Amino acid sequence: MRLQRFLTAALAALAFAALPASGAEPAGKPIKIGFSMALTGGLAGAGKAALIAMEIWRDDVNKAGGLLGRPVELVYYDDATQPANVPGIYTKLLDVDKVDLVVSSYGTNEIAPAMPIVMRKKLVFPSLFGLAVNDEFKYDRYFQIMPAGPEPKTDWSKGFFELAAAQKPKPKTVAIVAADAEFALNAAAGARANAKKMGFSIVYDKSYPPSTTDFTPVVRAIQATNPDIVFVASYPPDSVGMVKAAHEVGLKCKMFGGGMVGLQYAAIQKNLGPLLDGIINYDFWVPETTLNFPGVRDFLAKYQAAAVGKGVDPLGHYLPPYAYAYLQVVGEAITGTKSLDQGKLAAYMHSHTFDTVIGKVKFGKNGEWATSRVLEVQFRDVQPNDLEQFAGPGKRVVLYPREWRSAEIDYPYKK
Amino acid sequence: MLQADLLANAVVAGILLGGFYAATAVGLAIVFGQLDIVNIAHPAFIIVGAYVAWILNSRYGFDPVLAGVAAAPLFFAAGALLYRIYYLAFERTGQESLSGLAFFFGVMFIIEVSLLLAYGVDYRLVQTGYAESKWSLGFVDFPLRMLVPFAVSLALTVGIAQYLSRTFMGRAIQAVAQDRLALQLMGANPVRVKQWAFGLGVATAAVAGALLIVIQPVEPSVGRQFIGRAFAIVVLGGMGSMRGMFVAALILGVVESLVSTFVGPSWSPAVAFGVLALTLAIRPAGLFGR
Repeated sequence: MRLQRFLTAALAALAFAALPASGAEPAGKPIKIGFSMALTGGLAGAGKAALIAMEIWRDDVNKAGGLLGRPVELVYYDDATQPANVPGIYTKLLDVDKVDLVVSSYGTNEIAPAMPIVMRKKLVFPSLFGLAVNDEFKYDRYFQIMPAGPEPKTDWSKGFFELAAAQKPKPKTVAIVAADAEFALNAAAGARANAKKMGFSIVYDKSYPPSTTDFTPVVRAIQATNPDIVFVASYPPDSVGMVKAAHEVGLKCKMFGGGMVGLQYAAIQKNLGPLLDGIINYDFWVPETTLNFPGVRDFLAKYQAAAVGKGVDPLGHYLPPYAYAYLQVVGEAITGTKSLDQGKLAAYMHSHTFDTVIGKVKFGKNGEWATSRVLEVQFRDVQPNDLEQFAGPGKRVVLYPREWRSAEIDYPYKK
Repeated sequence: MLQADLLANAVVAGILLGGFYAATAVGLAIVFGQLDIVNIAHPAFIIVGAYVAWILNSRYGFDPVLAGVAAAPLFFAAGALLYRIYYLAFERTGQESLSGLAFFFGVMFIIEVSLLLAYGVDYRLVQTGYAESKWSLGFVDFPLRMLVPFAVSLALTVGIAQYLSRTFMGRAIQAVAQDRLALQLMGANPVRVKQWAFGLGVATAAVAGALLIVIQPVEPSVGRQFIGRAFAIVVLGGMGSMRGMFVAALILGVVESLVSTFVGPSWSPAVAFGVLALTLAIRPAGLFGR
């Protein structure tokens, strides 16, 4: 009995000693993670929200003892949503600030300009929401946290078209409209490929300039072609204009949505209210019970507290969990390899599955998610002028993929 | 085949859109068209107007357009002060051309960054009772989200045109634009007249901003997309002509809408600015320029 007690105590002592320096004060030279971020300009809403999430990760890690026993420091500069600023920032981060690692800014247009520098220095490059950036560069140390999937251009809208194809009778015609900008045009190219693959006839396929103020002529032109499905790839102000114009024109189609950026933001959801009902759009995380990953609620509670008074998305469902997760991947890789060696980190990130606040992340050969998890969500029973309704389940139900589904599709869009 | 309802709706949508464009350009028609001051910061003032409308709407439930009108006197004062700085720093010393342009660029950035620091970067929108309604006349629709800005813009333009042609100060503004020395010889102070005119131009931005936020969400840097269009409208209308400015705005709106409907929206700015270039080739002084 005494021996058993002694063994138990000894094992407990050993287990405690074997624990990483959790909770211990990190010491030594900080591990510097450098990045540019859109803190002003058109993408600043998302960029600032991402930064809040990244700072929460830094604080969480440092509270838990840092990485390799060293504190973590974020070194960042505002790229003002200007792709031309990005190369200079990464050069400064590497040559002047001497950062140990780099991660990307937010968005396709801000990620691509950093690629040549990152590739020349053979750095691991975890990236935040770039669509098909690596299709051109084919860089083996690029890792994309956005769950677009191995073929990002087509995987992005695959769910939308698979849902359409599963309806009876199967819809026949599709209209595709996209903003004249990198992300939207990539999304439209993928939609075009999916539409052809699934046997839809494309009856309208146009892009619009980013300075468009009124979308009623666009929606009317779409309506004139009488499509069954309308796929829109747009940015936040355009998405609002497009939804309002669809309502004003009385757009009659069976599915409407697809790739509208902005409908994930709480302020826009609150303003559009019931106009959103029935729209099926992409998303990456919504507060449905099927997506209740370990840690995500705790993270969002911290984010929502930190976001107060900062003029960013108050709920933070769309980007912030992923901004936290791409640093979780970096942290886990450093801990797993016990190293800052770029080659070892890249090999680890390719070979391991990561547990993050956005669920399990496994990268494929091209650095995109091995399996796509672009959600198709449908707005349901939205009340006017009520932000709180979007904090809980039931307003953006998950239709696709099947694994995460929380409700059946309400079809057609306009009955 | 051209469908009548599509054509009629495209023309109406273009007219309504053009009306809103006129609101963004009316202040510039005074400041740039009459006074020859390249106030590149004008769209930034429009965004400030949008934020004022948003604050009064979201916190106190004010109608955004009324909020814009109520804020106009404050904008007038800010504009008058800005002109005084511009005059003392540049115009008085004859450095207004390039240094003045840089000054207004600076003002634009200061406004954007100030809004960003004060209110963050999230998109701001307003709630109105009419924004989701429309009136219909046969098969032609008039969404109130566009009709209200059109009506307000028309009233604003007519009001400014009447003010310029019928009041003493309005005539003085036109006089200072034509012959500053002659005005001075008649005992009027051209600097004071220009200060008043500049204030008036900036005051219109309060109303234009309120109209903008009724139409679309706003964030601090969104004003930049109106710089080229607003200046083009003033030039096309004939530098300083209110009637010309309004007609030019309608032409731009209708051309954009028609091209957007029947050709494709990506062509609309190219065709609209093509119309501008063609008009200026035929009439270098603009539509109503003298």
